[in-house]
Amino acid sequence: MLISLIFLGSIMAVVAWWLVKQSLNTQPWVSEPHGEGTSEESFSYPAHKVGLWVFLGVVSSLFCLIISAYSIRMAGLGDWRPLPEPPLLWLNTGLLVLSSVFMQRAHRAASRNELDRLASPLLIGGALAIAFIVGQLAAWYQLGEMGYFASANPANAFFYMITGLHGLHMLGGLVAWRRAVARVVSKKGMDISDVRTSVELCTTYWHFLLLIWLILFGLMLAT
Amino acid sequence: MSSVTHDETTFVPAAETGEMELYHAKTWLGKYVFCQDAKVIAVQYAATAIGIGLVALVLSMMMRLQLGFPGALAFITPEVYMQMVTMHGMIMVIYLLTALFLGGFGNFLIPLMVGARDMVFPWANMLSFWIYFVAVLILVASFFVPGGPTGSGWTLYPPQSILPGTPGSEWGIILMLVSLALFIVGFTMGGLNYVVTVLQARARGMTLMRMPLTIWGIFMATVLALLAFPALLVSVIMMLLDQTIGTSFFMPAIAAMGAEHDYDGGSPILFQHLFWFFGHPEVYIVALPAFGIVSDLISVHARKNIFGYRMMVWAIVVIGALSFVVWAHHMYVSGMNPYFGFFFATTTLIIAVPTALKVYNWVLTLWRGNIHLTVPMLFAIGFVFTFINGGLTGLFLGNAAVDVPLSDTYFVIAHFHMVMGVSPILVVFGAIYHWYPKVTGRMLNEPLGKLHFWFTFLGTYAIYFPMHYLGFLGMPRRYYTSGGTDFIPDSAHALNTQISIAAFIVGAAQLLILVNIVWSYYKGKESGGNPWKATTLEWQTPTTPAGHGNFGPELPLVYRWAYDYSVPGAKEDFIPQNVPPRDEPATQGE
Repeated sequence: MLISLIFLGSIMAVVAWWLVKQSLNTQPWVSEPHGEGTSEESFSYPAHKVGLWVFLGVVSSLFCLIISAYSIRMAGLGDWRPLPEPPLLWLNTGLLVLSSVFMQRAHRAASRNELDRLASPLLIGGALAIAFIVGQLAAWYQLGEMGYFASANPANAFFYMITGLHGLHMLGGLVAWRRAVARVVSKKGMDISDVRTSVELCTTYWHFLLLIWLILFGLMLAT
Repeated sequence: MSSVTHDETTFVPAAETGEMELYHAKTWLGKYVFCQDAKVIAVQYAATAIGIGLVALVLSMMMRLQLGFPGALAFITPEVYMQMVTMHGMIMVIYLLTALFLGGFGNFLIPLMVGARDMVFPWANMLSFWIYFVAVLILVASFFVPGGPTGSGWTLYPPQSILPGTPGSEWGIILMLVSLALFIVGFTMGGLNYVVTVLQARARGMTLMRMPLTIWGIFMATVLALLAFPALLVSVIMMLLDQTIGTSFFMPAIAAMGAEHDYDGGSPILFQHLFWFFGHPEVYIVALPAFGIVSDLISVHARKNIFGYRMMVWAIVVIGALSFVVWAHHMYVSGMNPYFGFFFATTTLIIAVPTALKVYNWVLTLWRGNIHLTVPMLFAIGFVFTFINGGLTGLFLGNAAVDVPLSDTYFVIAHFHMVMGVSPILVVFGAIYHWYPKVTGRMLNEPLGKLHFWFTFLGTYAIYFPMHYLGFLGMPRRYYTSGGTDFIPDSAHALNTQISIAAFIVGAAQLLILVNIVWSYYKGKESGGNPWKATTLEWQTPTTPAGHGNFGPELPLVYRWAYDYSVPGAKEDFIPQNVPPRDEPATQGE
């Protein structure tokens, strides 16, 4: 549970720091007309961006707890037999890294308003993510062929659960990606700022899922 | 106030977030069923939560019937009794209280109180309710599957929850787990809305430190829920895998009912850690909105500013943070290391500090206030009493050494029903009596409301106070019947019968509020826009009930905090948050 506690501790530290900033030196009981010292403290970020970051906090909490459960269960009753990670996973990791790189390029094109250079990296980025999911399914199939079923050993069970949950989050990202693509492709009456937000949010989410995958993959390799 | 109408020149253009594009329903279905207006979603959430809550109430009545008059209903076998215990607990904690405070009051009050037109993601908000609704349907469906609902207790502890011999270990538990997973997904969508709306969509001038404490309570509870529900989700997924495909996350090697199972090496304690890592913050997910709402009720109806506003905000945040490091006090009897228990006993007792601080501040707000004993105020004061009572028994159970003999007795039932059953429900009632006029434009009937209060308040004490005594006698909880045991004296059985009779009276008294809600909707006294003379923004809307978009053409501008009651020198005893300072009499020495 230590990992989860550290994660929550850091979130709470951020909340406390932010609250200290808000609450020190304010006298809530004093009424003030506008423009005379009323602190305009609201974030300048768009709501969707804040929404995504809050959501990433929720997903981080989920994966932290899974890592905690993983380490507690591993230290359990000595029945933990590590499973051989199929080499295919390295390829998949490569695909996911590339996918993130292409999303970043799409994001850069969008922020520079180069709309004609936006579509192809966006499409390639999404296609690579789909390839990643297919690759993960293939890895499941390989493990199954070798007889590593989920019920055989806790290490196997965690492997399937972790990759499955990560894959589901990737699929959710692809739904958002599809909407971004539809916005880019339709072109007619397209609102440039909508496209930019849409691509930016996708990119953030892609990087986040890559980071989560690297942590989880590293954890599974190390144990 | 000389003029509550605004001088047009005081309007500063451009709200902080700009105007949002409002969703306009084109069809009947879009307007009343798949509606994206937070106020309608709030009513949908509240109605569903209260509906399923009534099911749980009926279950508790049947349990009390069995306990007070064993064998009165022939169909209540030990298995059925355990199923009732389980469903009663789970429904009350998650599907009623969590959904009602956050989905119901959160949806209604957040946009209105912070001065927003709606939630920031209305579509996700609508989806949130419908996923919750499906989760409730799945939960109800488990009453009708072969084997019935799960009977493993609301904590769903493995291994017994998925082993044959426990009622509902085949279908009931699966439906329960699926329903919980859906609830969490639905809640996450709503929760993102509540957090981002509070952060991003406040009216101009509504600084964080001017927000009403209701919003602070709901906001912090949502943050807790967003961080804690994943723990439940993880344990739900892992148990679902254990049950369906035979993994061994939680299941040790076990032989049960004469049969060996394929499980091996899993850790039931791991489940307990995950479950209570969610389960303890859950207590505060329910309690923090109640704290916030009760602060506002007391302030409004005592016509006095809340005592120590900043302290109250900090207490909410500190309680929220501490609630993540106390979870193992639910597991003192799980065989944990005593040093571990010492740590958790310490953190548990530390949490009493900010909590006691809040209680002092409520009492100090009442001190020399102009107390109006309206129905919401009665419920608010009733809450303070009950919360102190429940909190004091928490000191007993928080100490590992005292907890061990009291664990799994009626003392525990008395403690948590006082502190997280009765207390929040009193606030729910108070809040319904307080905000019903804003939802419908009519007042709830006051004599009926007072009758409802006294039956509920005194009745719950008649139910739960004797249970402390039964607990000291060592009467075990979750037992279907207590007959034929030597250490339980006859007086305890008599007490048990008396508790059941009190429970029936309290249960029947809840009809009063249901009748009141329906009757007042048609025949209640017209309330006008601001019947309680309150300062917060929801009472300043141009129409009551508030129209689509809440605030008419201009969003309100906020000049002051929510607690300007009985300001010296002001003509009336309240100054709404959107009244500029220049409209105040000049004699005022602020």
